[in-house]
Amino acid sequence: MPELASKTDTAVAAQAATTTDNVLATDAGPAPGKPRSLWSDAWYDLRHNWMFLLSTGLILLLLVVAAVPDLFISGDVSPRDGDLTKHYLQKPELGHVFSAEWLGYDHQGRSIYARLLHGTRASILVGVMVTVAVTLLGGLVGLISGYFGGWVDSVMSRITDVFFGIPFLLGAMVVLNTFSERSVPVVSLSLAVLGWTSIARVMRGSVITVKQADYVTAAKALGAGTGRILFKHILPNAVAPVIVVATIALGGYITAEATLSFLGIGLTDSISWGQDISAGKDYLRTAQYVLFFPAAMLSLTVLAFLMFGDAVRNALDPKSR
Amino acid sequence: MAELSKKDEPVDATPNVSEVAEIDAHSEEEAVAAIEAPVERGEPILQVRNLVKHFPLTQGILFKKQVGAVKAVDGVSFDLYQGETLGIVGESGCGKSTVAKLLMNLERATAGEIFYKGQDITRLSGRALKAVRRNIQMVFQDPYTSLNPRMTVGDIIGEPFDIHPEVAPKGDRRKRVQELLDVVGLNPEYINRYPHQFSGGQRQRIGIARGLALNPEIIICDEPVSALDVSVQAQVINLMERLQDEFNLSYIFIAHDLSIVRHISDRVGVMYLGKVAEIGTDVQIYDHPTHPYTQALLSAVPVPDPESREGRERIILTGDVPSPANPPSGCRFRTRCWKAQDKCATEVPLLAVPERFKGSDSPAAHESACHFAEEKDVVHAA
Amino acid sequence: MSIIDKTDAVLEPRAEDFDGPLLEVRDLHVEFHTRDGVAKAVNGVNYTVDAGETLAVLGESGSGKSVTAQAIMGILDMPPGRISKGEIMFRGQDLLKLTEEERRRIRGRRIAMIFQDALSSLNPVLSVGYQLGEMFRVHQGLSKKDAKAKAIEMMDRVKIPAAAARVNDYPHQFSGGMRQRIMIAMALALEPDLIIADEPTTALDVTVQAQVMDLLAELQREYRMGLILITHDLGVVADVADKIAVMYAGRIVERAPVHELYKSPAHPYTKGLLDSIPRLDQKGQELYAIKGLPPNLTRIPSGCAFNPRCPKAQDICRTDVPPLHPVTAADGTELVGRASACHFWKETING
Repeated sequence: MPELASKTDTAVAAQAATTTDNVLATDAGPAPGKPRSLWSDAWYDLRHNWMFLLSTGLILLLLVVAAVPDLFISGDVSPRDGDLTKHYLQKPELGHVFSAEWLGYDHQGRSIYARLLHGTRASILVGVMVTVAVTLLGGLVGLISGYFGGWVDSVMSRITDVFFGIPFLLGAMVVLNTFSERSVPVVSLSLAVLGWTSIARVMRGSVITVKQADYVTAAKALGAGTGRILFKHILPNAVAPVIVVATIALGGYITAEATLSFLGIGLTDSISWGQDISAGKDYLRTAQYVLFFPAAMLSLTVLAFLMFGDAVRNALDPKSR
Repeated sequence: MAELSKKDEPVDATPNVSEVAEIDAHSEEEAVAAIEAPVERGEPILQVRNLVKHFPLTQGILFKKQVGAVKAVDGVSFDLYQGETLGIVGESGCGKSTVAKLLMNLERATAGEIFYKGQDITRLSGRALKAVRRNIQMVFQDPYTSLNPRMTVGDIIGEPFDIHPEVAPKGDRRKRVQELLDVVGLNPEYINRYPHQFSGGQRQRIGIARGLALNPEIIICDEPVSALDVSVQAQVINLMERLQDEFNLSYIFIAHDLSIVRHISDRVGVMYLGKVAEIGTDVQIYDHPTHPYTQALLSAVPVPDPESREGRERIILTGDVPSPANPPSGCRFRTRCWKAQDKCATEVPLLAVPERFKGSDSPAAHESACHFAEEKDVVHAA
Repeated sequence: MSIIDKTDAVLEPRAEDFDGPLLEVRDLHVEFHTRDGVAKAVNGVNYTVDAGETLAVLGESGSGKSVTAQAIMGILDMPPGRISKGEIMFRGQDLLKLTEEERRRIRGRRIAMIFQDALSSLNPVLSVGYQLGEMFRVHQGLSKKDAKAKAIEMMDRVKIPAAAARVNDYPHQFSGGMRQRIMIAMALALEPDLIIADEPTTALDVTVQAQVMDLLAELQREYRMGLILITHDLGVVADVADKIAVMYAGRIVERAPVHELYKSPAHPYTKGLLDSIPRLDQKGQELYAIKGLPPNLTRIPSGCAFNPRCPKAQDICRTDVPPLHPVTAADGTELVGRASACHFWKETING
């Protein structure tokens, strides 16, 4: 075991951190300026964070692409119908920005650029739907087991453990194998069923911390009912870490969908970057760009969401910086 | 206070109360009626009898087995009279905060009764309990954690009205909240601000305003100024004294700072390891203490006056407070007491006026749970 | 492997020949950069501590008393903190000019610190004996066995009962008072020249407070250390300090030997603080309360920082920052060690 650094030094540093906080927190003086909620403070932090601005810009762009992909390509190009006269060895015409031939053609003569645009919708939809489902389900389970404790918590935590024990992708593969038609909701749901446990754990921990706060005791002393305590006092104060975990996980769900589609057990009725990466891998020696562009698009999307999540974490939890 | 002279008499074991064994629909009416009835100044408003709270210590994850209990409160009895302030002092782990939680019905008592105007609040439920909650309010120690950081000051002070809508009609509430802010000395325009925009002392005022919202009769203050700076403490103490006169409140004032407790209290109870060691008026406790623990506690208080300090005798106790999970037999203080004898290990001393002072009208004749109680002035310079 | 290199295990000989003050803080300024602006936490603090002397630094939260101590220890969070001006002379050497490596050698060995919260200052997964022993292993290169023996000796020193039996216990197995003793033992282990104790008894019960303060005072005498006692409690100070510096909004507003401060405060803030404490030996009337709130450090009032709360404030107080005047008795004789940063100190001291 490596020896820990001088104990005094670490202790000193930890103490210093808290005292500095105190210095800055306690001298608030007469309340200055306008009402400032913690959310608006977080929003202030976000607005002044270049990472947030960049990632939000990217995400907004991706959302528009997902909604109306044809807006970004000149001419009427179908992403599905190949034109076999356009051989995949025909190099991308990088000068022809926003045209069908901009990023070249794949092995079936389909425009890679058109497919990138049309694949966005499935990725974003799966990412958002899984995140929403996971947050609702995991959040509810975490809230209930954290607040009520006792046997309710014991039972719910064991159920969470069981689901947590199932490997995420492997489990999704097994579930999805039972479907022959795999639409966006089917894929999202099967990912959500396996993915909610991490949110539930975060929520439970957060609720347990918050429920010991004096303001919760104060509400109980006033005679507040369980509903009021849960939704007015505990949830608003416990939800921040869940939001952080969920936004960061969103990128992961997009990757998971691409992985499943790559393996051939993902989406069957939509265009997916995962499928295109899978197809492109066969032409790696002759036409690298067939693989490269969908892979780059996937990375860019995931990066945008990870950066967004990171910025949100910094704003909601300034101490973790 | 002359009208409170009754206080010195030993309290009878069971106060004169209406039957409270079972609360059915009919007696709930009666209970509510009793709770709403006014109490004369100087009459008991809260009577605590043999209050016990044991927290079970368990082992095992799925099948929990009780292996012992933390005896946080172990047989506490006292009365609170209308219009007075009862101070409760003691060191950490003596059970004073648990008493507060029990009085607020935030914890279920293991045994014993708490009579509020004759109604045992440990057995009430439904409307009667709600009526009690309205009349007994609390001010918390830490103004930084006792206010929900995501709510505006207006929502925090107005929340009591949401829970007890009968107190203030909806259209009236904003005005009431602003009045309350004014009463505690804050600018009513701050109604839309958030707690973190205020300093500690201001936040404690917000907490007090919340406590006042429902026009309670009793306010239980759990270390209300110990988290505040010295210069702000005095402001808050003065505010609390003013509010007591203005709204005819009775206070239970729990604190570890003996000087502040003396300043604000009419009577004082000293707790040690879940029991009351000594209880009496402020003069009886501070100037004529008879329990060795009270004497040690008083002599250890650092006094901001080096000269009077030098004339005072200091009793420095050895060791620490034993664990409430495994308190000493007999007198709980005996392990740190310089007077302890064999008798102290076997016989639990009862809280009563000591035999040697019975019938005397000296201030030393007050309830003290010591076999060898004797008067000793440790506060005044020799 | 230790992160601390063992090459500096041999202590450099103590500079016994130096005859100036042990520690001298000169015109120290510290500021913190926050979203709401620059918080001026320390604004020109001067004080000295001699060997064997106890200086109490008294102040409320935000007065800069702890920040000054952190600057002396070199544990200030930078950023957001910044030492914008000043010198910290330790035995004639300016600590602020040393490299981080040189400061680390002084920290713990020549200057040690005791904190309010002993539980979070001790590592919960290591036994107290190990943590105490580490001081000797790392700094003096002792063997494991010798270090443990030393640890037991130190625990005896701070009067922990049955030290030999408890040396392998973990911090949570000790009570608050005992943990604070262990912290004291760790601070004393290398026999430093100066100890900074930041609210060492605030978290403790009254009966235990007295024990710990007595122990600290006794050990200080024995080792002839300088002690800086940082506290907000006027009572604790009265017992042990030789001299007191009262801080407000990052400045020293009054300096005095302990008895004289209580007898005749020369600054309205000190006077207000003393008056606002309830008495144990008599029941007072309404408490005197200093009106208003401590200032926001990002917007310290012009002139004397205390002027908006001061009952004696005049126009000059709102425009001119009062220097720390030496205080003289009514007949003009100088009062040794007394100073007040009030334009009207004469009126204040004479009632």
